[in-house]
Amino acid sequence: MMNRRDALARVALLMGGAVIGADYFLTGCSPASTDKDKAQTKDTAAKGPLKDVLNPEQTAYLTEVSDTILPATKTPGAKAANVGAFMNVMVRDCYTPADQEIFTKGMTQLEEASQKMNGKGFLASTPAQRTALLTALDAEQKNYAKTKTPEQPNHYFRMIKELTLLGFFTSEVGATQVLRYLPVPGKYDGNVPYKKGDRAWATT
Amino acid sequence: MEKNTYDAIVIGSGISGGMAAKELTEKGLKTIMLERGRNVEHIKDYVNANKAPWELPHRGGKTQQMIEDHPVLKRDYTLNESNLNFWVNEKESPYTEVKPFDWFRGYQVGGRSLMWGRQSYRWSDYDFEANAKDGIAVDWPIRYADLAPWYSHAEKFAGISGNRDGLPQLPDGDFMPPMEMNIVEKDVAARIRKNYKDRHMVIGRTANITRPHNNGRVNCQYRNKCWLGCPFGAYFSTQSATLPAAMATGNLTLRPFSIVTKILYDKDTKRAKGVEVLDAETNQTYEYYAKVIFLNASALNSAWVLMNSATDIWDGGLGSSSGELGHNVMDHHFRAGAHGEMPGYEDKYVYGRRANGIYIPRYRNLFGDKRDYIRGFGYQGSAGREGWSREIPEMSIGGEFKDALSEPGNWTMGITGFGETLPYHDNKITLDKTKKDKWGLPVLSMDAAIRDNEQKMRVDMMADAQEMLEKAGLKNVKTYNNGYAMGGGIHEMGTARMGRDPKTSVLNKYNQVWDAPNVYVTDGAAMTSAACQNPSLTYLAMTARAVDHAFGELKKMNL
Repeated sequence: MMNRRDALARVALLMGGAVIGADYFLTGCSPASTDKDKAQTKDTAAKGPLKDVLNPEQTAYLTEVSDTILPATKTPGAKAANVGAFMNVMVRDCYTPADQEIFTKGMTQLEEASQKMNGKGFLASTPAQRTALLTALDAEQKNYAKTKTPEQPNHYFRMIKELTLLGFFTSEVGATQVLRYLPVPGKYDGNVPYKKGDRAWATT
Repeated sequence: MEKNTYDAIVIGSGISGGMAAKELTEKGLKTIMLERGRNVEHIKDYVNANKAPWELPHRGGKTQQMIEDHPVLKRDYTLNESNLNFWVNEKESPYTEVKPFDWFRGYQVGGRSLMWGRQSYRWSDYDFEANAKDGIAVDWPIRYADLAPWYSHAEKFAGISGNRDGLPQLPDGDFMPPMEMNIVEKDVAARIRKNYKDRHMVIGRTANITRPHNNGRVNCQYRNKCWLGCPFGAYFSTQSATLPAAMATGNLTLRPFSIVTKILYDKDTKRAKGVEVLDAETNQTYEYYAKVIFLNASALNSAWVLMNSATDIWDGGLGSSSGELGHNVMDHHFRAGAHGEMPGYEDKYVYGRRANGIYIPRYRNLFGDKRDYIRGFGYQGSAGREGWSREIPEMSIGGEFKDALSEPGNWTMGITGFGETLPYHDNKITLDKTKKDKWGLPVLSMDAAIRDNEQKMRVDMMADAQEMLEKAGLKNVKTYNNGYAMGGGIHEMGTARMGRDPKTSVLNKYNQVWDAPNVYVTDGAAMTSAACQNPSLTYLAMTARAVDHAFGELKKMNL
């Protein structure tokens, strides 16, 4: 939960940068959006409830992708948190039309990259092939981020990875089984022992 | 007419209005508190207070629709999914920006007392004497000694947790036990103390109670969800504290959806006789009458009410005879500071979520220090371990990555300055009669900005933060200046300032409007200078003092 102190003093970023779309972890920079975006947003607002950008097949596909980014280890992975469904909500409600387009096109690009690297689509790939592909795409987006200006388009894999992290670690599975969730601490202790392997708190 | 007559009227139900209502009703005065927005019932209407992160569809963030609907609120962290219901509907209540002005409003019972930052500091004579010493604006008509007993009164009732630090620029109060610094903050505080004679890092003083308090309020449970409304009543708000106290007297009537459009002025008696109310739901107008009126609509809206009142006598409205009504707009400029990483402490962590941080009180231009600007700033901040949202540069994706993110990261610490803005006559708000709100009422036009003095201060806010953090052992310290527009500090002040002379001030030393002594303005509008401490505690103290004065004057038949 944020307040001015937390929001400003300990700069909270996701993956070392501002979150794409409607920024979650305030950095002081407004997300870049064009007048065209604004006009389109207004247009969709006037039409009432938003239509899904992703169909169920795409959502299921993204759940598989997210599960390679954050797989089950000794604790559950992204599939257990149904992260694809969360992505659907976020892309629909929080992304600008321009970012929505990058995201949906990105799924095709991901599939093409899979064909190129592994000779088959993502879903048909082995776990090792999936990991190799997404590792390469993550290197690509990290490289792109090094020189990217706010005006330049976002990278689709950064979007997928961000939404995976956000969706997973704030899900019930992620917060309670992978992190430690404590609704009512009841007290504060600013000096408790920590040993490697102890899980982080889910909320701050 | 008979049933619309009370002993006292309070306009606004936020931090200062709630306090006015409590104090007036406890003195036996039949009081009506008028609130322009809807009612918010304690606990029952804190709809997201007990939700887990996954119960919010966007996990607390903002949607494009929310951004579209809130062109002002979107400018800061304030726009979020979890307490959107506590912020003003901007489409219904627009305003004009001659210069950029961030006006974050809460139009409901409780006002912004529901979402406030709760940091509660006394001001000192360094603040009350500042204008006189610097020869700017006008002198405060009061000194610390005038407010000190009322600070105590307010602290005891509200419940302020804090440490008695013995600092002259930040007088100690009647505190509940302080919250605790964490291990890194304690070490940083010790190193600052070692490196600087006049700089101190203390635990924040906050209106979160650390032991059970009156009206069945439960001590803070360290959830850090304050701004959703606290089901434990652990922080001071109208709902948790002043409203139940006022209601318990049997003397309070609360009327939501009541937009006060003007104060009714009687030119024969030179007193206000009541107020005109526009019912926000029915658009009907009503009149309410009383012997004394407390105007607590928030700094800018209190000025708005005055500007719309008694315009048949004064073109600029009630209190405008000085030429200062709506002028001298102040705030605290912030969003400049530094942050860095603290090496080590890998075997340390925290338990609980402390809704409070550290405070470094002002040290600039005090104790012999002299800068190329006047006044100063304080810092707020905290230390903690990074969570799952951190970047791990050497990792990409996969199980190892997930397991690494499931553990806490490095300790980091950041501090952000809150700087004093000076009262510039030309920083002003006026009525924009060309633009109307949902109810056909003229809106405010904002024409205010920080200037050279504040800009110079911001350089220090960054450089000092960097130096102190580095001396305290932090590495990779980076400064930031994320820009600031007037109003963003959500500490609007000064639009109906107190003073010693009716020719240069709107209010006298008891917060009475010079031109209508039975009207008291005791919110941020009354401030003659801004200091750099969070102002709400001073509003509480000032309000209680003014009510005490009004009660005395009523007994003496002076009002």
